[in-house]
Amino acid sequence: MAYRLNVNGKVLTADVDDDTPLLWTLRDTLGITGPKFGCGVAQCGACTVHIDGAPMRSCSVPVSAIPAGAKIVTIEGMAADPVGRKVQAAWSELDVAQCGYCQPGQIMSATALLKAKPRPSDADIDAAMSGNICRCATYNRIRAAIKQASGQPVEA
Amino acid sequence: MTFELTGASRRDFIQASASAAGLMLTFSIAPKAGAADAGVKPLNAFVRVAPDGVVTIMAKNPEIGQGIKTSLPMIIAEELDVPWEMVRIEQADNDPKTYGRQFAGGSMATPLHWDDHRRVGAVARAMLIQAAALAWNCPAGECVTDKGMVIHVATKRRATYGALAAQCSAVTMPDPKTVALKDPKDYRIIGKATPQYDTAKIVSGQPLFGIDVKRPGMLYATYEKAPVFAAKVAACDLDAARAVKGVRGAFVVDGGTALDGLLPGVAVVGDSWWAARKGRKQLATKWAEHPTSQQSSAGFAKRAAELAAGAPQMVTRHDGDVDAALKGAAKTVKAAYAYPFIAHVPMEPQNCTAEYKDGKLEIWAPTQNPESGRQLVARTLGLQPDDITIHMTRCGGGFGRRLSNDYMVEAAWIAREAKAPVKLLWTREDDLHHDFYRPAGFHFFEGGVDAAGNIVAWKNHFVTFGDAPDKPASSAGMSASEFPARFIPNYQLGMSAMPLGVPTGPLRAPGSNALAFVMQSFIDELAEAANADPIAFRLKLLGDQQMVGGSGGYNAERMRGVVKAVAEMSGWGKTKLAARSGMGTAFHFSHMGYFAEVVQAHVAADGQVKVDKVWVAADVGRQIVNPSGAMNQVQGAVIDGLSAALFQKVTIENGAAVQANFDVYPLLRMADAPPVEVRFLKTDYPPTGLGEPALPPAIPALANAIHAATGVRLRELPIDTSLLKA
Repeated sequence: MAYRLNVNGKVLTADVDDDTPLLWTLRDTLGITGPKFGCGVAQCGACTVHIDGAPMRSCSVPVSAIPAGAKIVTIEGMAADPVGRKVQAAWSELDVAQCGYCQPGQIMSATALLKAKPRPSDADIDAAMSGNICRCATYNRIRAAIKQASGQPVEA
Repeated sequence: MTFELTGASRRDFIQASASAAGLMLTFSIAPKAGAADAGVKPLNAFVRVAPDGVVTIMAKNPEIGQGIKTSLPMIIAEELDVPWEMVRIEQADNDPKTYGRQFAGGSMATPLHWDDHRRVGAVARAMLIQAAALAWNCPAGECVTDKGMVIHVATKRRATYGALAAQCSAVTMPDPKTVALKDPKDYRIIGKATPQYDTAKIVSGQPLFGIDVKRPGMLYATYEKAPVFAAKVAACDLDAARAVKGVRGAFVVDGGTALDGLLPGVAVVGDSWWAARKGRKQLATKWAEHPTSQQSSAGFAKRAAELAAGAPQMVTRHDGDVDAALKGAAKTVKAAYAYPFIAHVPMEPQNCTAEYKDGKLEIWAPTQNPESGRQLVARTLGLQPDDITIHMTRCGGGFGRRLSNDYMVEAAWIAREAKAPVKLLWTREDDLHHDFYRPAGFHFFEGGVDAAGNIVAWKNHFVTFGDAPDKPASSAGMSASEFPARFIPNYQLGMSAMPLGVPTGPLRAPGSNALAFVMQSFIDELAEAANADPIAFRLKLLGDQQMVGGSGGYNAERMRGVVKAVAEMSGWGKTKLAARSGMGTAFHFSHMGYFAEVVQAHVAADGQVKVDKVWVAADVGRQIVNPSGAMNQVQGAVIDGLSAALFQKVTIENGAAVQANFDVYPLLRMADAPPVEVRFLKTDYPPTGLGEPALPPAIPALANAIHAATGVRLRELPIDTSLLKA
C-alpha cells in the first residue's frame, strides 16, 4: 500500500508491501541510499536512522510499524542538524573512515548520543555505540571524534 | 588483502616487483585516447589539467578502505608540484592496457608504485616547464615550479599549469627513467596527514559503493546456492517464487564445479530486492547429494591428530638434526596448536550490477581484482574480454574477499538471462555461507632449549588442507623459510594435507594471520621453559646478523629495532600490573613490513578478557606516504586481529558453514576496542605497505598476555574464556 513518510523534513510516498523494512523502502523505493545494509537482523547498525529522534535499525523496522507522522531522519538529513553537522565535521577532521561503509550508521548513533548526553563519558560512548560494528575497526577514531564533537579533550 | 602467492599470480608479482625495483614504469603513461574533455588536456594517462588549473589525477587501484585512492594520487601530486586543494581524484575503470595490474592485495600498491607514480608526476611537471620555456623562449633549466605554477626565476614571469597545459601537446615527454625527482626534504604532500579524498561523501552518506549503483530499468536479484559448496539444484518451486508480488523472474543456473567460478543455484529477480528475497523464500530448494557433505570441523581435527601421530607426508625443510638436538636439549616442550576457518565479512555484502546489451557487458563492481573478474566472466559467458567493461566502485571493505569475483560472474549471468540491468545483492547469510574462508590449520610442535636459553631444536608437523602437502588449498600453504626457520640450527618442518570441499582464500595477511599465532606463542612457551624474559629471549633468537637468508631474506636488524622500540614504548618489565593482568609480546614479518607489538590485558574472574592497551612498533621504511591513513590502517589491523583472536570461528558441519550472521559470528565492538599506540621507525629502506602486516602479531601478543595474566597457555583460536576462570 502507499505509505506517506516524513523523511528529512519532506513527505514522500512509497507504495510498498506492509512487511517491507524501512531500509529497503528508503534505499530501493525512495532512492535514499545513505543508510546501508549490513546484516538485516539489527546486529551491525549500518542502517541506523532516527525515528522521532531515537536511533533505530531500519533493516528491522517494517514500514507498517512506523507511527503516522513520525519524523524519519537519515544521514542525508544530518547537514540540516546542528549536532549532526558537528559530528560530521569531527569525522572529517579526524579522518575517521577506512572503507566508510558503516560510518553513516556510526554518525547517526553518535549524533543521537550527543543529543541525549552532550558530554558523554567513555562508558556512555561504549554503551551508545555498541550496536554499530566497524569491520575496519576505526573505533579509536570514532571515540576521538565523538569527544571532539562534544568539546572534550581528544587523546592522540 | 593479498593474492595467494602461487601459480600465475606469483609470477605476475615477481615480474611487477622486479620492474618496480628496476625503476621501470610498470604501465604505459601515454595519454589515453579520447580522455580529453574540451579544454582539459591529458598530460599522461594519470594527469589532466583544466584551464582553471584544477588537476585531475586517476586512481588506478580499487579502494577498499586502505586509502589507496588518496595516497597514490598524493605521490603523483607531490612530484607534479601542485597544491593538494587543486587536485581532483577520479577512480579509473578496469583498464590494464593503460594502468597495468589493478588490484588491492598483498599490501603491494605502495612498494609497487612508490617509484613509478613519482615519475608520472615528475614527467608531467617537466612537460609543463618545457611548455613555459617554449613560450618564454628560455632554457627549461631557468624555470622552476611552485604550487601549480611555472616560474622563470630571473624575470619572475609566471604561468599557471592551467594556462600551460594546452601547449603541452607541442613538447615531448621526457624519459621517465631519468626525469629528476624531488628531494624528500621538499615534500609538501607526501608525509602530510591527509584525509581520504571521499571523506565528505562518506560522512554525508552519498552514493559511493557498489550497493548504491542504480541503472535505468534496473531489476534486483538474489541468488540461492547450496549450503554444501557446489551441490546442484535437485528441485525447486520456481512458480511459487514467481507468484510473489514484484517478482519478475526466477530460474535455475546450472553453474559448474569450480569453487571459484559460477556455482549452481537459483536466481530470483524482482522490482525490488525485498520482493526478490520474498520470492526466494518460496523456492523450497532441494539440493543434490554432494561428495563433500560429510566433511566437518570436528572431523578435520580428528583426522589432523591421526596424521600427526605418524610421519609427515612431506618434509619441507630439515636443517641440522632435530631429533638429536631434542634428545640433547636441557628442556623440551611439546604442544599442539589449532586455528579455525574464519570469514572475511566485509561490511558491504557482496553485490554487483551488470547490464548486458548487444553482446556487450557493462559491470559496476566492488572488487579488489577487476581483471580477474573480467576474465572469469568472459570464460563463463563465452564473451570476449574486450566486450566487458568494469567500473570499480568504492568497496565497503575487502580483506581479501573481493579478490574472488564469484558475485560478479553471478550478476553477469543473471543480467543476461533476465534481459535487463540487474543488481545482485547477497544477504549476510549468503556471505557467511559462501566465503573463501581463511583455512583452519593444525600444528604439532616439539621444541628444545639448551642450558644457556637458546632454542636448539624446533620441529613442526603442520597438518593443512589440500590434495597433497605440496598442493595446498588456497592460503593453506607455508613457506619453508617461515620464521623461525633459518634462526634455529636444528629445524624441521613437515607437512600433511587433508582433502577439502570448502573454498578457501586469502584473508588479510594470509598465512601470517594464523602462523604468527602459532610461532610466536610457541616461542613464548620455549622462553618460559628457558625461564627467560619473552623480549630478551626473542632478541637472542633474532641473533646479531643483519640479513638472514641472504639478500631478500629476513632483515633481523630491522626486527630487533621494532622489538626494542615496543619494549621501550610499553614500559616492558617496568610496569607494575594488577592481579590477573599481564603483558604479552610478539613480532612478525610479512608484506615487507617489520612489526612488534605488546598487548596489556586483564582477565576477570569469570574468564572475560579485557584488552587495556596495545603498543605497536613498525618499520615500513623511510617514508610514510599518508600518516593519517597509515595510523588508521595499523590501529584497524591490530583490532581486527584481536577480534579474530577473541571471537571468530566458522564451523563446518555436513560440508557447510554453520554460522550465518553477526549474532553467532561476533565482531569486536566499541567497548572491547583498546587504544592502540603506534610508532613508525624510519629506516633507510624503500617504503612498503600497511594494509596487512600490523595484524599478525596482535593475536599471539594477546595470547601471551593472557598467559602472563593467568598462567593459562592458549593453543587454540578463538580464545576459550571458559579456560580462564579464576
